[in-house]
Amino acid sequence: MPPLPEQVPVLPDPTAPDQPDVLVRARGLTKKFGDFTAVDGIDFGITRGEAFGFLGPNGAGKSSTMRMVGCVSPPTSGELVILGRDPVRAGPEIRARLGVVPQENTLDLELTVRENLLVYGRYFGLPRALIRERTTSLLEFVQLSDRAEDQVDPLSGGMKRRLVIARSLINDPEILLLDEPTTGLDPQARHIVWDRLFRLKQRGVTLILTTHYMDEAEQLCDRLVVMDGGRIVAEGSPRQLIEQYSTPEVLELRFDPGDHEQAAEKLAALPDAERQEVLADRVLIYTRDGDQALAAARALGIEPVTSLARRSTLEDVFLRLTGRQLGD
Amino acid sequence: MATSTAGRATPAGRPTPAAGRPWTFATRELRFWLTDYRRVWRGSIISSVLGPVLYLTAMGAGLGTLVNRHAAASLGGVTYLAFISPGLLAATAMQTAFGEGMYPVLGSVRWVQNYFAAVASPLRPADVFRGHLMFVTLRLTMNCGIFLAVIAAFGAVRSPLAVLALPVAVLTGLAFAPGLMAWSVTRSRDTSFAVLMRFVMVPLFLFSGTFFPISQLPGWLQPVAYVTPLWHGVALCRSLALGTADLGGAAVHVGYLLVLALAGAAAAQRQYRKRLYE
Repeated sequence: MPPLPEQVPVLPDPTAPDQPDVLVRARGLTKKFGDFTAVDGIDFGITRGEAFGFLGPNGAGKSSTMRMVGCVSPPTSGELVILGRDPVRAGPEIRARLGVVPQENTLDLELTVRENLLVYGRYFGLPRALIRERTTSLLEFVQLSDRAEDQVDPLSGGMKRRLVIARSLINDPEILLLDEPTTGLDPQARHIVWDRLFRLKQRGVTLILTTHYMDEAEQLCDRLVVMDGGRIVAEGSPRQLIEQYSTPEVLELRFDPGDHEQAAEKLAALPDAERQEVLADRVLIYTRDGDQALAAARALGIEPVTSLARRSTLEDVFLRLTGRQLGD
Repeated sequence: MATSTAGRATPAGRPTPAAGRPWTFATRELRFWLTDYRRVWRGSIISSVLGPVLYLTAMGAGLGTLVNRHAAASLGGVTYLAFISPGLLAATAMQTAFGEGMYPVLGSVRWVQNYFAAVASPLRPADVFRGHLMFVTLRLTMNCGIFLAVIAAFGAVRSPLAVLALPVAVLTGLAFAPGLMAWSVTRSRDTSFAVLMRFVMVPLFLFSGTFFPISQLPGWLQPVAYVTPLWHGVALCRSLALGTADLGGAAVHVGYLLVLALAGAAAAQRQYRKRLYE
């Protein structure tokens, strides 16, 4: 039999040098603060037009990575190329083409909505008339047109976040960096932000975001890396990651606190259960069919207080990879 | 470290960075502070006028009538009003430097966080520092200019050289401001500010020759007064206002203040970079 032809990759390797559509490329990227290694030699590549996510718990190194990509934190070692240039030497030139939504809003609360955009646009050296023109369309885009002349201070958290997104677009950036775009927002406000970000993606803006919400990563990211302890522990599309690291379905069972451990032991005998995770408040059974697993558990004489069969999520991927929950 | 490949041309309609023109970036930061100042300029100017009027009335005209009866000789033969006015001018510059170099800088990293917004744009930490320092210089010029005008209105100017007291007062402020900014940008709370005010600014204000010649201090304290920046500002402003300045003395005072300003600026650029580019 002839040898199999070498597998042709569907996408060009985004970490390989000199790919024209690779906007960000990192190899062995490392950031240390004294003895503490925040980012520990990671490799990734981000291509034009994609929405790329860094998913991980607090302290995983996501924000440190974002700050390096934002050219406001020089890497300790490794290689980082953004828009074809070295962030240490060409910081101002690169930043002129980036939009940044930082973790904290950094808005001037005593200025008006419009003044905040004016002040920020001037940092980029944009002419007043252009800033005025863009402000009108950007405020429309984030649904804040009617608040243009209001002070920022009394705006709701969701409105402030949308204003920061409008501000980050004032220089018509090629890449938008979002550090935890919806942390601290209520569910409705989050959905509005997601909707706006989704529209930006449709327009071809490259999005790079960090999040510790798996639903946010699933909603927005074409591709993501899971980070833990400064390292990348997995990479792929949300669907690929779930297929690779989890089962199609998960059965969640809750028991009375006293029965919890004992039930978990009995459940180990369950057929068709690939894996189980015993959490503080529930037992997760990883299986092909959640309802079937529940029936099998009942057949073993196990009666949970509540049960839920659901599809696997990135939360399960993270649990599998790190043994911890994202919120921990 | 990363290797740099050839950068693409900046697409049209996007901002072109002002490479090689460092003051262009600083001016952008200055414009932020001017926008910010537009909110408060009226109140700020009123207090800049009221301050000197109150001081010169109380100290110069009020307390001065007592002093003039007894101590005119040690004041070099001038009225107490004429003696303290240029001293207060220099002291005002110092107070302005403390006011502008501490809370607004801490606010820019902790509360408003406008410094972090600025460094996400093409501006670098050094641009942010320089732009803010330009604004502080403007505030010093305003406050000291108003103060000098009030002094003239009180008739306490004895020489046309007094005009030069304005740049000297501004320089006195600049001997303090960059160092204070370098300190403030590293802070996460304002607790040390009250300590600096109480144990640095107030003693300097009281013992740097503003209210009485330092020859009146105990002998061991006099050399201490000579090394304080405020004394150099007070002495030079006074000699200019009274027309007794000599070139050599002036050069020493200016040189000393300039060295402090430059050392402060060097420290500030380092600290700004450290804080904004951690």
